[in-house]
Amino acid sequence: MTARNRELLNLIVVGMLTALGFASVYTARQAEVSTGSLSYAGLFFGLYVVAHLVARFTVPHADPYLLPMAALLTAIGVTEIYRLEPDDAFRQGLWIVIAVGLASATLLVLRRDYRRVESYKYLFGLGAVVLLALPTVPGLGTTINGATLWVRVGSFQFQPGELAKLMLIVFLAGYLRSKREVLAQGRLKDFGPLLAIWGAAMLVLVQTNDLGSAFLYFGIFLGMLYVATGRVVFAAAGLLLFFGGVYAVYQLVPRARERVSIWLDPFSRSQDEGYQLVQSTYSIANGGFGGTGFGRGTFTGTSGDPLIPFLNTDFIYSALAQELGLVGASALLLVYMLFIMRGFRIALLADDGFSKLLAAGLTFGFALQTFIIIGGILRLIPLTGITLPFVSYGGSSVLANFVLLAGLLLVSNRANARR
Amino acid sequence: MNRQITRLAVTGVVLIGALIVATTYWQTLAVAGLTDRQDNAIERVAEFTIKRGLIQGRDRTPVFAENVRRKVSGKTFYFRRYPLRGLAAHVVGYSTRGRSRAGLERSLNDFLTASNANLSTVLDTSLDRLRGTTIEGNDVILTLNARAQRAALNALGGRCGAAVVLEPSTGRVLVLASSPTYNPNLVERNFGQIRQIRADCAPANALLNRATLGLYAPGSTFKVVTAAAALESGRYSLESTFDDPGFCVEYGRRVSNYDTSSPFGRVNFLQAMQYSINSVFCNIGKDLGATDILDMARRFGFYAKPPLETPINERVASGLYAKGELFTPKNDFEADPGRLAFGQERLLVTPLQMAMVAAAVANDGVVMRPYVVERIVSPGRKTVARTRPDELGRAVSKQTANALTAMMKAVVSSGTAARSGLAPGTAGKTGTAETGRAGVNTTSFIAFAPADTPQVAIAVILESQRGTGGSTAAPVARQILQALPGSGSNS
Repeated sequence: MTARNRELLNLIVVGMLTALGFASVYTARQAEVSTGSLSYAGLFFGLYVVAHLVARFTVPHADPYLLPMAALLTAIGVTEIYRLEPDDAFRQGLWIVIAVGLASATLLVLRRDYRRVESYKYLFGLGAVVLLALPTVPGLGTTINGATLWVRVGSFQFQPGELAKLMLIVFLAGYLRSKREVLAQGRLKDFGPLLAIWGAAMLVLVQTNDLGSAFLYFGIFLGMLYVATGRVVFAAAGLLLFFGGVYAVYQLVPRARERVSIWLDPFSRSQDEGYQLVQSTYSIANGGFGGTGFGRGTFTGTSGDPLIPFLNTDFIYSALAQELGLVGASALLLVYMLFIMRGFRIALLADDGFSKLLAAGLTFGFALQTFIIIGGILRLIPLTGITLPFVSYGGSSVLANFVLLAGLLLVSNRANARR
Repeated sequence: MNRQITRLAVTGVVLIGALIVATTYWQTLAVAGLTDRQDNAIERVAEFTIKRGLIQGRDRTPVFAENVRRKVSGKTFYFRRYPLRGLAAHVVGYSTRGRSRAGLERSLNDFLTASNANLSTVLDTSLDRLRGTTIEGNDVILTLNARAQRAALNALGGRCGAAVVLEPSTGRVLVLASSPTYNPNLVERNFGQIRQIRADCAPANALLNRATLGLYAPGSTFKVVTAAAALESGRYSLESTFDDPGFCVEYGRRVSNYDTSSPFGRVNFLQAMQYSINSVFCNIGKDLGATDILDMARRFGFYAKPPLETPINERVASGLYAKGELFTPKNDFEADPGRLAFGQERLLVTPLQMAMVAAAVANDGVVMRPYVVERIVSPGRKTVARTRPDELGRAVSKQTANALTAMMKAVVSSGTAARSGLAPGTAGKTGTAETGRAGVNTTSFIAFAPADTPQVAIAVILESQRGTGGSTAAPVARQILQALPGSGSNS
């Protein structure tokens, strides 16, 4: 069976699962959702068939599992958002349509040789820095939930950090490929640009007040640096530098200290600062082994008031864990794990340094982001307001992750085609 | 670079693996500890998706508590409604979102929500949960007699006080009325209105269940206990004679009778009870000693929270109180035996406890465990639990009980309660305790009827009364007894 036929087969399975998900939400919440909900599943499937056809034309040899897994994750996300806020689901659906279009465009434009983006690496680097700085521009940036990660233009609002992440990875892939031999020698003067990146990450942390985003960018950088140089010492030193910096910032900024103390003991402040995290924990625990079932979870109080703020963005995992239980939550995490394994497989199969670094960077960024948001919810690390890839409600996140998917497909296609 | 990529891949997989481990922890090991937490909003909400069991009268009528179904953002919730409003508010209590629960709604919450650990209920509710159907709680059937309960509230009127009626042979609570009462439907909607309830005492505190939480000086109704101790000691009988000079000398000072204008002179024990002569009981008390009297009181149930199905913090024990705490004298000299003997000293009692005293005398000296829950019925109409009458113990011998009955009959036929209009053949005892404010008394009356074949035992206590037990509390008892079949009082 060819890769694309395999992909189609997988997509059909995902399509059926999507229909099942929407159907169960529909049966559980007939009063709130219209009969049209089942047609969503059909539209969804149609959209991915289009994406599949584009892939058939542009990247015939690419990995056949990535697109179906992305489809499955977005389907789970949209179904849950639909269950929580039907209006948001419509908007999210629209974003997915645009995102699939953007990914298709990326595939079409770069189908001959994506590696030409390498020559614009500094432009990408600059773009990343500009995008990261945007939320801190007075009049543009918006602070939501204590973190300044948003840009608002009129009624339109987006998180530039999501796209900055991709640009940073492209820049690093290009930069590290060209400098890897020099860097591996470990001479201090070659580390100037890298120290600059560390400084930028610290600046991001102070400006946005968001440890998670800073950790994400810096983590991607360290991961790629390690892949490029093969020196664990660099990664270790980088981590030390990062946490040293974090410690210093937390000594200077009292509000940041508060976040850490909430992380360590949210229950002692369950009525104020810790409320969100505590109720989210209850939500997960309430799911237990089997969950309540799609559409049957408890997310509102007896007068219809929401129990957990930011449920369909930052905390969508708590909602899913309640309704799908340990079985469903683990399955979801296993899909992420599979996606990550396929991504790294692509990096292994690629035969040039830029492709390897690009694929590894994109995949590691994806893994790290998933870990940071869910780990925050599960109290493995302090909580951060970033999105869960493909699942959370949010346009910028969906767009960025579909472009990430397109990137992996392009690298994969080239690697497989040459074998 | 492949070695590094493999290692980075392992890192990525380990990170996601850590998430699976953490999720497993929160959804298995941590669940039990988190579910019970008070601030768990989901669990609080879930309680209202359960169709609580009804609270009903003996023959499943009347309905004291029922459910109102309401749909809020796709979920069906059941909220409580109390169609009889204040009729049995202090027994039934309330179940609300904001102010949680009280009364049986609180103490029987597990039964009412079918979360009691009974194998068949657990099975039923798990199946319901799996099917996604509504969990139905068990219905609670009360022993209360709604007609008499209403008569009690009417008779108490706006006055502060309480009335309790027990079935002596079983301990069934037929009436448990506390006045002023409140409308439990307002607890959630308009709590301020409950706060504003006024009565002839301050604070009126309508939420307080005076029948089981109110502590009152019993006055002469306690003489029944003293007489029981005297008769059981073997040193006294109905024929024992006493001289009443109108006072009794204690610690070198005079303790006067209630009415000092005319001493009774030479009387026997029955007459001393009949006319409630303090000096006689004062001397008996001095003879017996405080500890002997309190020992007898303990046998009637004093010094323990009366067993009832209402929450433990909605009941208090009767006995001597010092500085707001129950006080047990270890020696006779720690309490004044003379004043104790006629129900003064620092003695405080609940109306329920005094009803238990009357019921024990009526039941040949055996104290029955009072109960207000007749049975609990599952949604499938199976009886989950049924209360069986249970002896708490014997307070006095049958002979003593008979002697006490004779004394109490004399009180009603031609003693201090003679003019209260009680049916002939009722046995009773009045009580009038001074409050320290001139002319203002706490009045009480305990009785059972018919005296020879007792069907009901009653205690009535009223706060801030200008009259005596015979003129205030006894007529209330009469009105309640008239509403009860078999008491010999209904016309």
